[in-house]
Amino acid sequence: MKEEVVDVTKDEATLPAPRDAAADGPGEPLLVVEQLVKHFPVKGGFPIRRTIGAVQAVDGIDLTVRVGESFGLVGESGCGKSTTGRLITRLLEPTGGKISYRGQDITHASRKQLAPIRSEIQMIFQDPYSSLNPRQTVGKIISGPMEINGIQPSGGREERVRELLEIVGLNPEHYNRFPHEFSGGQRQRIGVARALALEPKLIVADEPVSALDVSIQAQVVNLLQKVQKELGIAFLFIAHDLAVVRHFSHRVAVMYLGKIIEVGDRDSIYTRPRHPYTHALLSAVPEVNLDGTDEAQRERIRLAGDVPSPISPPSGCRFRTRCWKAQDKCATQEPPLVQISGNRPGHLTACHFPEEPTVEAREEDIVLDPALAALEDTQPKTGGAGD
Amino acid sequence: MTTVTKESGAPAPAAEDAFLSVRDLHVSFRTEDGVVRAVDGLSFDLRRGRTLGIVGESGSGKSVTNLTILGLHNPMFTTVEGEIVLDGQELITAREPELEKLRGNKVAMIFQDPLTALSPYYTVGRQIAEPFMKHTGASKKAAWERAVEMLGKVGIPHPKERAKDYPHQFSGGMRQRAMIAMALVCDPDLLIADEPTTALDVTVQAQILDLLKDLQQEFGSAIVFITHDLGVIADMADDIMVMYAGSAVERGTVDEVLRSPQHPYTWGLLNSMPRLDSDLGTPLTPIPGTPPSLLTPPSGCRFHPRCGFRGEVGGTRCVDEQPLLPLGRGGACHLTAEQKRTIFIEQIKPRLR
Repeated sequence: MKEEVVDVTKDEATLPAPRDAAADGPGEPLLVVEQLVKHFPVKGGFPIRRTIGAVQAVDGIDLTVRVGESFGLVGESGCGKSTTGRLITRLLEPTGGKISYRGQDITHASRKQLAPIRSEIQMIFQDPYSSLNPRQTVGKIISGPMEINGIQPSGGREERVRELLEIVGLNPEHYNRFPHEFSGGQRQRIGVARALALEPKLIVADEPVSALDVSIQAQVVNLLQKVQKELGIAFLFIAHDLAVVRHFSHRVAVMYLGKIIEVGDRDSIYTRPRHPYTHALLSAVPEVNLDGTDEAQRERIRLAGDVPSPISPPSGCRFRTRCWKAQDKCATQEPPLVQISGNRPGHLTACHFPEEPTVEAREEDIVLDPALAALEDTQPKTGGAGD
Repeated sequence: MTTVTKESGAPAPAAEDAFLSVRDLHVSFRTEDGVVRAVDGLSFDLRRGRTLGIVGESGSGKSVTNLTILGLHNPMFTTVEGEIVLDGQELITAREPELEKLRGNKVAMIFQDPLTALSPYYTVGRQIAEPFMKHTGASKKAAWERAVEMLGKVGIPHPKERAKDYPHQFSGGMRQRAMIAMALVCDPDLLIADEPTTALDVTVQAQILDLLKDLQQEFGSAIVFITHDLGVIADMADDIMVMYAGSAVERGTVDEVLRSPQHPYTWGLLNSMPRLDSDLGTPLTPIPGTPPSLLTPPSGCRFHPRCGFRGEVGGTRCVDEQPLLPLGRGGACHLTAEQKRTIFIEQIKPRLR
């Protein structure tokens, strides 16, 4: 089913968000983010503390989430993906840019103005332990949003909560239990039920499964997928696990140091990536090779060092300090996020010197890590997947 | 009634070339709620230069096992039974000074979170030099030089200057590199790596894993590699042991366990794990239910409440009798070998596409 959704995205050229045929309002943009910026001030100095810099957590990103679609946001820690989620739900105040929800500008909307929208944009948090109030029963937690918004469903709130518990796969009889009586996976289900309570149009899920064990992770991913498909809710799915995002999202954006460096439909990002960072990210995922072939079929790229500090990100292209293709131009000119020739419509890449659109193994591995390179030079037989 | 059949009655003799051999290990903690049987009858062997990957979910006993090898458990609340023999030396009954001689010397450990495992109070160089001085009796200057050399080897740029830095001045990946340098400084025969890359980003994880593999070639250490990530295990290990609720449920080489797994729990893990090349048409097949509490573990086969193949065994065998795990290749399951093979090929494998 979902495969088809991806394929229908071909006929859209200008917008970063391709048409999603599975949506109710076909292809309507639900959430549009333009040039969104969030800088956190860094204080310091003595004796008078003043602002001495800024963590440029999110630095001018554009994205569109369409009705009923699932949009994945991936990146390593510190790339600004969680901040983006919190800006969209307006848990944080944006420094600049514009967020509009169904055509309405909510960038700096007041609490009062936000109230009706908040019920349509819900959030699922990463940590199922700290995101549920330990002193409230499950019934109270899930009916909380309804109470705040003064919603009285037919049949009563309690009935609705039991129904929600049923939807997320929990026993409705557990209405009066407390969060500590549940396991991590079950708690995450409670979080999902709470997010569903107001029948939202958009759910921002910030690493919803990364705190869970593998066997439980699949349960929650399946639940979210079911909710997404059956209730037609749009998702902004934020995660660092590329395989989970691939499984869940129709379209995917890759972030690096506060910027979106590549965005496109799932197929383009995972099989025809153009940005060197996307290549590096995909090649770094440890994979179980179930085919019995020992030959590495995927390229092997090992970057050097860690992600630079977002307080003083590199000039020009932010990835250039770890990139094997970087040239002078990369330091002076920031590459725009555009459709590179050969890309499918809607597949945008921010790179001056894009890579070939394939993830097949290269003739020679790219090993930038000096220690690794040194070790592999002296013992050419090693290097596992690279041989 | 639960019949716990111990592995071949008396502990099987250690394999001749085994460097580390664990026999019928039981570890239990006394807690306020009762006795937690964290490890329950675990046996395994590890040869020199090999990497044993232990995979399991949280609470499966994989970390406890390895803390016990190093004697890092709290003896006040812990009961340890069984046998751990490292290079001919029995470790469970060993006294603290003997263990101290081993730690950081013959056996070293890499922990998950390098920020809490490193002391914030001392420079990185000093922390690496300290075990070297203690175990080899080297002078302060020689140990410092060795620390700088090790930092260079694990890929810290400008090791001479960075050795004078404190852990907070390092990034996450560099701290883990410093931990590896510290673990390898005395050229250990056994390296225990407990989720060494779980706290790291995926690109850094790839660097660290490759680095560990390459360093193993150079140092020839045996590695016990603990993780919950089957992808990491597939990349790192020669042999795999799958743990569930305190016992090993399957073991074999990487190829054997990943390509012809025999235990329903391993099947469940493989089926519930999204991969980059998996078919998006097939939904993930999660393992139903949740891992059991080790305060009151299920009778018989620990996995039976979550197992979908109990009907195939028939009767109440799964509930009554704990299945055995042979020391070689095998899975601790009451299904017959024939059943295991047909179920895997007919029901499990098609879902792995």
